[in-house]
Amino acid sequence: MIVGALLLLSLFVFPLWNISLLAPQYPEPIGMDIWINKITDHNPNDIQNINILNHYVGMQDIPEEMEEFRIFPPVVITMAVLGVIFGLIGNRKLYLAWFIIMAMLGSAGMYDFYLWEYDYGHNLKDTAAIKFTDSEGNPMAYQPPLIGSKTILNFKAISSPMIGAYLMFLGMALSLYAFFKGKKEAEHG
Amino acid sequence: MKSHIKYLTIFTIAVLMAFSCGQTGGTSGALGGDLASRSFVPPGEHDEFYAFISGGFSGQLAIHGLPSGRLFKVIPVFSVDAEKAYGFNEETKPMLETSYGSIPWDDSHHPDLSQTNGEVDGRWCFINANNTPRIARISLSTFETEEIIELPNSAGNHSSSFVTENTEYVVAGTRFGVPFPQRDISIDDYKGNFKGAISFISVDQETGRFNLEFQIMMPGFDYDLAHPGRAASHGWMFFSTYNTEEANTLLEVNASQNDKDFIAAINWKKAEEYIAQGNFTEMPSRYAHNVWDESTQMATSTMKTSVRVLDPEKCPGLVYFLPTPKSPHGCDVDPTGEYIIGSGKLAAAMTAHSFTKMLDAIENEKFDGDAYGIPIINYDDVVAGVVQQAGLGPLHTEFDDKGHGYTTFFISSEVVKWKVGTWEVVDRQPTYYSVGHLMIPGGNSQKPFGKYVVAMNKITKDRYLPTGPELCQSAQLYDISGEKMELLLDFPTVGEPHYAAGCPADLIKPNQMKFYPLEENNHPYATKTEADARVERDGNEVHIYMTTIRSHFAPDNIEGIKVGDKVYFHVTNLEQDYDVPHGISMIGANTSELLIMPGQTETFVWEPKQVGVWPFYCTDFCSALHQEMQGYVRVSPRSSNIGLSWSLDGE
Repeated sequence: MIVGALLLLSLFVFPLWNISLLAPQYPEPIGMDIWINKITDHNPNDIQNINILNHYVGMQDIPEEMEEFRIFPPVVITMAVLGVIFGLIGNRKLYLAWFIIMAMLGSAGMYDFYLWEYDYGHNLKDTAAIKFTDSEGNPMAYQPPLIGSKTILNFKAISSPMIGAYLMFLGMALSLYAFFKGKKEAEHG
Repeated sequence: MKSHIKYLTIFTIAVLMAFSCGQTGGTSGALGGDLASRSFVPPGEHDEFYAFISGGFSGQLAIHGLPSGRLFKVIPVFSVDAEKAYGFNEETKPMLETSYGSIPWDDSHHPDLSQTNGEVDGRWCFINANNTPRIARISLSTFETEEIIELPNSAGNHSSSFVTENTEYVVAGTRFGVPFPQRDISIDDYKGNFKGAISFISVDQETGRFNLEFQIMMPGFDYDLAHPGRAASHGWMFFSTYNTEEANTLLEVNASQNDKDFIAAINWKKAEEYIAQGNFTEMPSRYAHNVWDESTQMATSTMKTSVRVLDPEKCPGLVYFLPTPKSPHGCDVDPTGEYIIGSGKLAAAMTAHSFTKMLDAIENEKFDGDAYGIPIINYDDVVAGVVQQAGLGPLHTEFDDKGHGYTTFFISSEVVKWKVGTWEVVDRQPTYYSVGHLMIPGGNSQKPFGKYVVAMNKITKDRYLPTGPELCQSAQLYDISGEKMELLLDFPTVGEPHYAAGCPADLIKPNQMKFYPLEENNHPYATKTEADARVERDGNEVHIYMTTIRSHFAPDNIEGIKVGDKVYFHVTNLEQDYDVPHGISMIGANTSELLIMPGQTETFVWEPKQVGVWPFYCTDFCSALHQEMQGYVRVSPRSSNIGLSWSLDGE
């Protein structure tokens, strides 16, 4: 349980998520890495280059500052500390509680990510140089996929978890494992 | 019965004809298809080798791929290039400075590549200017000319620029004897008064920076070509000479009288000893040294004032002459360093000297007199063999990695393959036409890559679609991996290709600069963000600090310029992506466009002569909104009170 909780701290060391854009004229995809407290270039200058491409259709620049960057770190630390305390207490029901809280927070995080993506892809400047419409005549949206891949104009956008997310999932899985193992021991004992 | 025989005969003849026709047609058809596939590089794939082919009288250096022959870039070296603003923008103007002032053109001849331990290493390419003697260094990370050094006391810088096996020196000889020191004397006083300077330019192994370490003041023969010793003969440099007659008029006759001229063998390790001992003369001279600084993105030109000169008469053991028939052009050393091949261009045979025999002859003083105090080694005591009756007018030899030499023959217009050691001719193939030099990648090294040879032709006549009286020169690619050479491809070149160098692309590709990092741009007029874009006046001088990024200039509306101002456009390309240059050109500017790579700053000067509103635009198709990338400058009368103002989108 303690190990699982501590794995959360890896989110300060590794990025959580990645969105990459692929096109023939970009033999090396351009992408951004999303952390709990920042968004960074996947390769040097990628964000500047994504912003340059997106400005033609009126998309906003990728933000350097977000409310989430201030909220996520304390939440992660709190959950890690809580997990360690629960582990020290050794009550397996607390393990399950920790897992459920994490799952809820994770879902909330994904929903928040979706909302940001929606805004990023829909909130376009009126002065955009290029205004595409869909088959029904509505303004085209450029929302990246939550997870998986999607074709946006000449780009294929791929959204996928990175090592930070995987370690977080592993931590959550370990808490469940601790819960079930404890349960078994309790039954046998 | 008779008619049967008749029919049989006709049938037999018909079969024979069909067979022979079929065979002829079949061979050329199948061969043609096969050949095409062997020089074909499919779309999107890369060539196996880089070829650096001299531009001759264009003064530049062309970059081709092999085996496709495709042309990728023409690097401006000794001639201005309006396309790249070379010699036109403020940053590169100093590159073309010489002791004679700025010179917009030269004649580039012999590229050579840097080496480490006798193998090509992919760091730099060097090339000589023949007319106003200079040597240039080109970075193979940026494919830009980074340095040019002028050579004093030299004229017709032809036997250049050849690199020793750890790039200790780039060595340069002189074709013309000239008075040393230069002075007002009768041309008839040639003999003894005219000298040929051989220059040794050291190369800093970290930065590549040149220094003219010393010159050896040789007799006034014509030094034609050179190559370094390698392996055992490392430390020696070999030069072919002609006009050992020291004629000063009608050289085509008067310089062709001696049965033998010389290959000069220079022991440069010995030269270093003499320099270290102080056994040299410090000669006042003036020569420009032009250096491009990648950090400030500017060239500076410095005038040097002296050079150390060694006199071979006073330096025993420094130089020996190897008698070689007849007006030898090429002077080529095989990959083992043992054989020095002199291609007597007025003879039918080539002479191979042995380095081992040369050392023995020197030790045992097997000399046949001297010339200006320089010992002449007995011909028979240095020759290892002769390639007999190989062709007419041998010019230049390169080697493969299987013990063969490949020699061009100008007069008989062919490439001849022969065996090193036995001196037997193995194969010959025609060239179209009148071949000069040839090149095997890694040719001037211990490790040639003997897959292809490129022959460079002086004349093309009917080989391509005609283009009026002036026709292209050409290169021809032969596959030399088998016993017989096979002509694969024929492609036109830039200017007249005198020589080339080549190496595997994998040596160069990993080191490519993709763009200039903005944070490392220390140009004094760089503008790192749009917020810093501005216009400043200093008397009649106006400095515009401008930026470019897809797809606009900042600022793009400028007012307050006056007739008679000298306006400097300092333009920084803020892009930090591969292959996103921007250009800029101003209506009526008496200069070229700028072509600015990502992260770079370049400057052009505009002196407006008329009142009005004058447009400028981006000249490199940068994006979907490239055609919108433009701006205006308002020019007011000299007496106007309108102050400077500038904006982008009204801000």
